[in-house]
Amino acid sequence: MSNIPTKDLHTGGIITDAGNTSDFKTGDWRSDVPQWVEENCTHCMFCWIYCPDSAVMLDTSDEKTKMTGFVFEHCKGCGICAQHCPPAKKGKAAIVMVRDEK
Amino acid sequence: MKQLFVGLTGNEAVATAFKQARPHVAPAFPITPQTEMMHKFADFVADGEVETEMILVESEHSAMSAAVGASATGARVFTATSSAGFALMWEVVYIAANLRLPICMPVVNRALSGNINIHNDHSDAMGGRDAGWIHLWCENTQEAYDSALMCWRIAEHAGVRLPVMINYDGFIISHTSESLNILPDEDAWKFIGPKDVGAGYSLLDVENPITVGPLDLTDYYFEHKTSQIEAINNSPEHIAAIFKEFSALSGRTYDFIEEYRTDDAEIIIVALGSTAGTAKVVIDMYREKGVKIGLVKIRVFRPFPVDVLRKALGKAKVVGVMDKSVTFGGFGGPVFNEIRSAMYGTANPPKIHDWIYGLGGRDTDIAQIESLIDQLQAIAGGSEAEDINMLGVRL
Ligand code: SF4
Ligand code: SF4
Repeated sequence: MSNIPTKDLHTGGIITDAGNTSDFKTGDWRSDVPQWVEENCTHCMFCWIYCPDSAVMLDTSDEKTKMTGFVFEHCKGCGICAQHCPPAKKGKAAIVMVRDEK
Repeated sequence: MKQLFVGLTGNEAVATAFKQARPHVAPAFPITPQTEMMHKFADFVADGEVETEMILVESEHSAMSAAVGASATGARVFTATSSAGFALMWEVVYIAANLRLPICMPVVNRALSGNINIHNDHSDAMGGRDAGWIHLWCENTQEAYDSALMCWRIAEHAGVRLPVMINYDGFIISHTSESLNILPDEDAWKFIGPKDVGAGYSLLDVENPITVGPLDLTDYYFEHKTSQIEAINNSPEHIAAIFKEFSALSGRTYDFIEEYRTDDAEIIIVALGSTAGTAKVVIDMYREKGVKIGLVKIRVFRPFPVDVLRKALGKAKVVGVMDKSVTFGGFGGPVFNEIRSAMYGTANPPKIHDWIYGLGGRDTDIAQIESLIDQLQAIAGGSEAEDINMLGVRL
């Protein structure tokens, strides 16, 4: 729990640091988990666009951006990425949802 | 400054004041008896007298939501409602206050359903008394106009930043033509001034992106509520300064309460809204007969002016509170609740009794207030009386 006192809060409780969702670990209650099948991945970025959180990692160092896997601290296991992964429609899924056995 | 002496209904007077405030955005949805206020304002927009973006929404919940969104960009925003419309926007009314958005809203007071009733009582606004808004209450058309000018200065003051509700009685004030003095447009604008759009954060400022209204759980909700409590508790000094400035400008005295013939009063009636006008007439009649009676009219119900009320009521023997709304199963109406509580623990507090009256627009005439004063005189003379009483109802 953070400890900023009332007097230091922004008026109206607004948040001013953009993208601070990444500071909050919200991936601890999923029941399913996406598994990346690298050889089937075409790096189309659909999963990155569709993911409701910020759980898809990218490598943007090259001219061609690459998908590199998942940040499980943020992944809720919703499976949206797997639903939208285009190679899956040709039977070569690059994302497979499996039971998250902890 | 030469003021204009005109004849307007309460709704027309408030629309005129809002035109003079040059708001940027006004989401509108009709409900009796407020509708005519927005009609009149829409006329001003259509005639090019004011440049306001009117948003025609599909409900009051949407009206307040649109007002919140627009206000979060930094715009000057108002909407208006009554009764069930206010009830429908409930959720977002609380949000507007929590986000500290300086939205202004007339609540043209009308009974809540059911059964369905379009006439005046105070159950709509009193239901929302704890929503975090500043509540101004008006006795007549003049006060409604003046409040609709002052509300912008109060709401947008850097030390306040809270939404303001302007309450005036449905039909009795909203649809009755009265003579009043209004400020010329330039003088009204000089008093209100442009909204400081650059102050604070704006949703439209892409250089400084913000999140408005995020999830707020066990770790911060309590602190945010505390900052709201502090904001409204700190508002009186700013409200007082704005009242003073407007009083000097207009020649009409404004304060948190108005005291009428209370100097030596042993009996004091407490009322809000148009009933205060009727009560003054009856008090004059009793003063002729030598009865030491006066009136305290509450103009600002939120923040509740505890100290001024303690001072004003402390010297009376008997206080009769008039509540035009009811709290079912509660201990008296909301005005009584607060007054009794405020006076508890003061030295020699007066006897304080409550009268629920005027529900659903039941006419509060001279005879009713005479009956109230007769009861108050009996209490002053030592008679026992119920804490909570009814006035003007067939039992
Ligand atoms: S399962 Fe849901 S949360 Fe996890 S990476 Fe896929 S889309 Fe994002
Ligand atoms: S949607 Fe599928 S193919 Fe596209 S980047 Fe993600 S995992 Fe790779």
